[in-house]
Amino acid sequence: MSVYQCPECGFQYDEQLGNQHEGLKPGTLWHSLPEDYACPGCAVRLRDDFELLPATSNQPK
Amino acid sequence: MDTSALTDNAEPYRDRKRYAWWLSILVPALINGPLLIYLTGSTALAWGPVIFIYLIIPVLDFVLGEDRSNPPESAVSALEEDRYYRYITFATLPVLWAIFIASVWFLGTHHLPWYTQLPLILSAGLSGGLGINLGHELGHKNTKLERWLAKLVLAPTGYGHFFIEHNRGHHRDVATPTDPASSRMGESIYVFVLREMPGALARAWKIETERLQRCEQPVWSLHNEILQPALITLTLWTALILWLGIGALPFILLIAFWSNFQLTSANYIEHYGLLRQERSPGRYELCQPHHSWNSNHVFSNWVLFHLQRHSDHHAHPTRRYQSLRHFDNLPELPNGYMGMFLISYIPPLWYRIMDKRVIKSVGGDVSRIHFQPGHRAQLIARYGLTEVQS
Repeated sequence: MSVYQCPECGFQYDEQLGNQHEGLKPGTLWHSLPEDYACPGCAVRLRDDFELLPATSNQPK
Repeated sequence: MDTSALTDNAEPYRDRKRYAWWLSILVPALINGPLLIYLTGSTALAWGPVIFIYLIIPVLDFVLGEDRSNPPESAVSALEEDRYYRYITFATLPVLWAIFIASVWFLGTHHLPWYTQLPLILSAGLSGGLGINLGHELGHKNTKLERWLAKLVLAPTGYGHFFIEHNRGHHRDVATPTDPASSRMGESIYVFVLREMPGALARAWKIETERLQRCEQPVWSLHNEILQPALITLTLWTALILWLGIGALPFILLIAFWSNFQLTSANYIEHYGLLRQERSPGRYELCQPHHSWNSNHVFSNWVLFHLQRHSDHHAHPTRRYQSLRHFDNLPELPNGYMGMFLISYIPPLWYRIMDKRVIKSVGGDVSRIHFQPGHRAQLIARYGLTEVQS
């Protein structure tokens, strides 16, 4: 389970937590989303633009 | 934190525009039809706000000129955190709601000739347009409070779907042929509106139903973020009709239309003729600063929360209004939005002023011009351009 971050607006997606508002269940893998899935925070960047955060910061906030 | 005097490399940074943003409240609060008539007793003053917005602001923009200054990058995070700027947006909301209600009340309870009704409707619609501008600023923020306030401020004019459509639709598709909210060279605003208004609602509905399907929630439920503000609209309009009678309904609808047409006008001038390059079928390059028209004219920017620094807004949509930046060598409008709105309402004048600017901003490269289908060959011939060889 990893955390991905939008390089534009800083929106974070934690695979372990999912995202309730977006309808992504806990455990949904980021790369299982469609390629053109746009950042829920800014809609400017797409799935593959997101950066994988180092595992050390992989803690639910 | 108070950023009125920030230290930047030992030099204090002062935001010179800090108090100018009060104009966003003061302009609609002081220059609106019902108030001017009440204060002066003269119905001729109903024209005051219309003349102020469409004629006097463009003159002020011309006279006061442009401001190209930016806050230093080191001051931006403190500027964004400074809640003062947020409170200005919060305080504008009740003012705009009050003007909407007061205008419907005034029109619904007075027997007025059409030449007084018309400016009152236009004036209320201009204030409603400022409401959409405020909803735009609030709707881009990732705090729950601001997103709810966005729905609330968009509700009186029945445009709650804008908050979804704009953030998730327009920002993704901007300056591509699929975007109903990006205008094309050779497309008049009167043709554009027929594509823009229905297209916006359809795209918002599609985006929201897809989200609800992922959430496994029914589309027709209170989870639907289009229906939430629509319910506020319905409640407000019903209350006004119960209070003032069914005769108020045409005024409500006309004011709502003119408000929403101000958004249409903004959409029309913000990306006119500019086109992102298609990298592979259906996939476009990232939106670049040169895909938006900008204006640094000071007065209209103070009234519009820096919306006119549009390139930076599209590159960084969550950036707050007080920290939006000017960049050199971007497509620039010759006047602020209000002046350009008026010009766009006269299509031959618009083409005369803007088409040459489109061509200049793309360096004459027709592959970077967003043409209205059917007008391409004619426009290329008229302006002596060279068609790209495929």
